[in-house]
Amino acid sequence: MSKVRMKRIFICGPKTQRKSILELLQRTGMVEINSGDIQDEDLKTMDVNAERSGFMRAAKQAEQALNILEEYAPDKDKGLLSSFEGASDMGMASYNEQIGHAKEYLETASRIISINKQILEDKAAIPKCETNLETLSAWTNLDIPLNYSGTAKSRVFIGSIGEEATLEQLYTKLYEAFEGEETPDIDIEFISGSKTITAFMVVCHRDDADKVESGLKKIDFVKAPSSTLVPTEEIQSIKQKIADCQADITKCGEEIAVYASERNNLKFTADYYTMRSDKYEVLSSIPQSVNTFFISGFTPAKTAEGLTKKLEALDAVVEISDPLPDDEIPCELHNGFLADPMETVVDAYSYPNISEIDPSSIIACFYYIMFGMMLSDAGYGLLLVLGCGFVLMKVKNLQPGMKKMMKLMFFSGISTTFWGFMFGSFFGDAVNVIATTFFNRPDIALNPIWFNPQAEPMRLLVVAFMIGIVHLFTGLTIKLYELIKNGQVKDAIYDVVFWYMFIGGAIVYLLTMDMITGMLSLNIHLSAAVASAAKWVTILGALGVVLTGGRENKNWGVRIASGLYSAYGCTSWLSDILSYSRLLALGLATGVIAQVFNKMGSMVCGAVPLPIGIILFLAIFVVGHVLNLSINVLGAYVHTNRLQFVEFFGKFYDGGGKKFQPFTENTKYYSVKEDV
Amino acid sequence: MANLGLFFAVLGAALSAGLAGCGSAIGVGVAGRSASGVVTQEPSMFSKVLILQLLPGTQGIYGLLIAFITLANIGMLGGGAEQISLLSGLMYFAACLPMALGGLISGIAQGRCSVAAIGLVAKRPDQFGKAMIFPAMVETYAILALLISILSIFGIPAGI
Repeated sequence: MSKVRMKRIFICGPKTQRKSILELLQRTGMVEINSGDIQDEDLKTMDVNAERSGFMRAAKQAEQALNILEEYAPDKDKGLLSSFEGASDMGMASYNEQIGHAKEYLETASRIISINKQILEDKAAIPKCETNLETLSAWTNLDIPLNYSGTAKSRVFIGSIGEEATLEQLYTKLYEAFEGEETPDIDIEFISGSKTITAFMVVCHRDDADKVESGLKKIDFVKAPSSTLVPTEEIQSIKQKIADCQADITKCGEEIAVYASERNNLKFTADYYTMRSDKYEVLSSIPQSVNTFFISGFTPAKTAEGLTKKLEALDAVVEISDPLPDDEIPCELHNGFLADPMETVVDAYSYPNISEIDPSSIIACFYYIMFGMMLSDAGYGLLLVLGCGFVLMKVKNLQPGMKKMMKLMFFSGISTTFWGFMFGSFFGDAVNVIATTFFNRPDIALNPIWFNPQAEPMRLLVVAFMIGIVHLFTGLTIKLYELIKNGQVKDAIYDVVFWYMFIGGAIVYLLTMDMITGMLSLNIHLSAAVASAAKWVTILGALGVVLTGGRENKNWGVRIASGLYSAYGCTSWLSDILSYSRLLALGLATGVIAQVFNKMGSMVCGAVPLPIGIILFLAIFVVGHVLNLSINVLGAYVHTNRLQFVEFFGKFYDGGGKKFQPFTENTKYYSVKEDV
Repeated sequence: MANLGLFFAVLGAALSAGLAGCGSAIGVGVAGRSASGVVTQEPSMFSKVLILQLLPGTQGIYGLLIAFITLANIGMLGGGAEQISLLSGLMYFAACLPMALGGLISGIAQGRCSVAAIGLVAKRPDQFGKAMIFPAMVETYAILALLISILSIFGIPAGI
């Protein structure tokens, strides 16, 4: 219907009641708090950032615990539709009871998180162990510990080089490394070899140890991983460790799953601390004296009185007044049954500014018609109606935005069904295809109530243009209304009436030309008198636009020039009207693509024996139409929005209003609402 | 060379489905890459960025549509092709061109626009409605091309 009337509200309360007053405001969610305009040097705001971030952390912790719980003990009651659900009302009594347990619940949350941390550590340990196993695999033949360094007289080096080599090659390599020096006595024992690694052991006398070591360094010898165990035993122990980790993961997972019964409490905890954090945000913004605090803001006029009574019961002093002229009044929309879903469309563009009206209900008249024409298939329309109707019926506490979207699709579905029957399209030409393919009755078909757009595309194009012209002129009319309401009668004549004459006259004049009516295959013959009348109206309108379009300029030369430029705006009218041809194009696209799938189905069906044919036909039918439906619903939605935003809003609407954002419960799972 | 008319009509249909399909493939492709990037950071954005990714996909469908009506008109679907004259074959070819070229270029352009819109939604998820409109602006020209192609094909007189 319109914008909700707002009042200024000013609350002064004793500090003793601060908590209950703030909680009342939060539960009712009717006041947008904006205390910035209360300035007084005796009043101070509190610094509660530390507390607030504490609450935020707590809420996050509970959320995190919930996610972990979902991983190890998925909620089985959660239905397919639950993702649409909003917060459910839990009632004051159980809320008060739960508050007392919030600390316990938070401890549960941190316990879940710490168990999960253990799991994460175990999970990280396993790949590390596996890498160790892989390195050790080269040493399995060795029967002494890897860090064995020799006896009293001998020195042992165990290690590897990163290339393939035989025992002889190792000897040669090492001897070459000693070049120029006296070659010590060494004994090499080959342990294992592969393309990338050769593991071996070198034994020498302790006196030669340094020399051997530097020789080994030269051939890029890498020491074996240090371990006090024989490799086979070490491998055994690592395998054991992996098994332990895995057992620990399972055990911890089970431990977490035990907490499944705490799920709802955790949800409450997350919500509770979110609410407190929001409350403290407000608290930090309100000015306070020694014994009192002050809140100012905006509230809907309708509920102001009820709210005043409730606040006065809590010893507050409340003052309700009309907004000041230069106040930036927040805007809330309230609309009837059919226009209510349009608020999402307006929101996607921008809320109306102070001097504009709420366009929701006017859009609603056109929106459903246009959406229906673009999708224009009775079968698809029925699917939309049934699908959205089912969700609306089944899920009681839908998120508010989701509910509007579902309603939007529901009504659009009804319109789609209507246009589908008008144009004789039900899953494309499914009726005819099925009758022909399976019952050999090509005479059966769903006949259009009005006409078949594929047979007469020009006729639908004319319809589309006509809807467009009505749409655009409606937009201009709203501008007329707003200008007159604001007392700008002159502007109304210059900016609207002249344009009406200019464009309206031009359209009528065009229709008197045989070339145009022939092209559009229209059967209208207007008399010469109408033609000359239309011609003069157009000329007058055009003159008016040229003379007044640049009226803010004092200099007549500049004025006429900028008037001519604004008359050039008639080309934008042309492109605006042509833009409505998408009503035809998208409508035809839906129908023809549906036919493509039907045709494919019937061709495949004709090529194989009947029972298999039916199955194949059904498969192609279902997949094809689901694809076509989804892509065309998306297209119809986007392009209907576009026609509103660009063509329609371009004629009268700027937006830029501030959305009403009351202090309320921004919770995910539960809410405690109180009506005013 | 007896049936050059039929050849040109099929060439038109092939270009319309092929070029418009290429445009969409490129558009959906680049948008998909940036959509994946967003989803790595924020998996809950999946459905929103998927819709934006799909927007440049319509050109391919329009192209298919034009190809289909052309093939149906010249009798290539179900039942042998009719003999059509060279003139009418060339007319079908010309009629398919707006969709073929318009679909190719606008698909690519819309894809780039979708990439930007996905970036917008990643930063400001509440602005989804507006983000969707920008790529839709580009699509207007694919729709206009589709319209002219459809009207031309339907308008080609039989038996010339």
